[in-house]
Amino acid sequence: MLLGRIIGTVVATRKDPRLEGKKLLICRPIDPDGKDEKGYIIAVDTVDAGYREHVLIVQGSSARMASGCKDTPVDAAIVGIVDEVSQD
Amino acid sequence: MYLGKVIGRVVATMKNDVLEGKKLLLVRRLPNGPAVVAIDAVGAGAGETVYVCRGREAAFAFKPQEVPTEATIVAIVDHIERTS
Repeated sequence: MLLGRIIGTVVATRKDPRLEGKKLLICRPIDPDGKDEKGYIIAVDTVDAGYREHVLIVQGSSARMASGCKDTPVDAAIVGIVDEVSQD
Repeated sequence: MYLGKVIGRVVATMKNDVLEGKKLLLVRRLPNGPAVVAIDAVGAGAGETVYVCRGREAAFAFKPQEVPTEATIVAIVDHIERTS
């Protein structure tokens, strides 16, 4: 699972019916120190995350196991809002 | 699957229902890979060398519960023997 920062939203009117009502957010992967990494991920929000929040992203087929994403065409889901990352 | 070292913890109060009660640890892939967040299935702690299962199979560690994880710590490494 990855740490990410929400940098935007995606609006799509015509979409797979199973994606209706789901919020699509653009996330920038970050390292544990909060620094940006390359690329971006479009992920389905399952925890009501918002702009600039640091989140936990699950990728791949496991993303479908998040509650609210069963049997949906999803390969990235936001499954947590990160309060704190502590490094030893 | 790969070896990793536990380098920290992640705290998330708001999370997907199925992640309730699961411990999230920060693991660096050995020797110098990227840091990923993994769910702990065996009670690993800070600084330990662990064995991480990736992908769809990572969720199998919590069967029959379906947990949305793509990286799970499935073993704590005691020692490694190398012949070459």
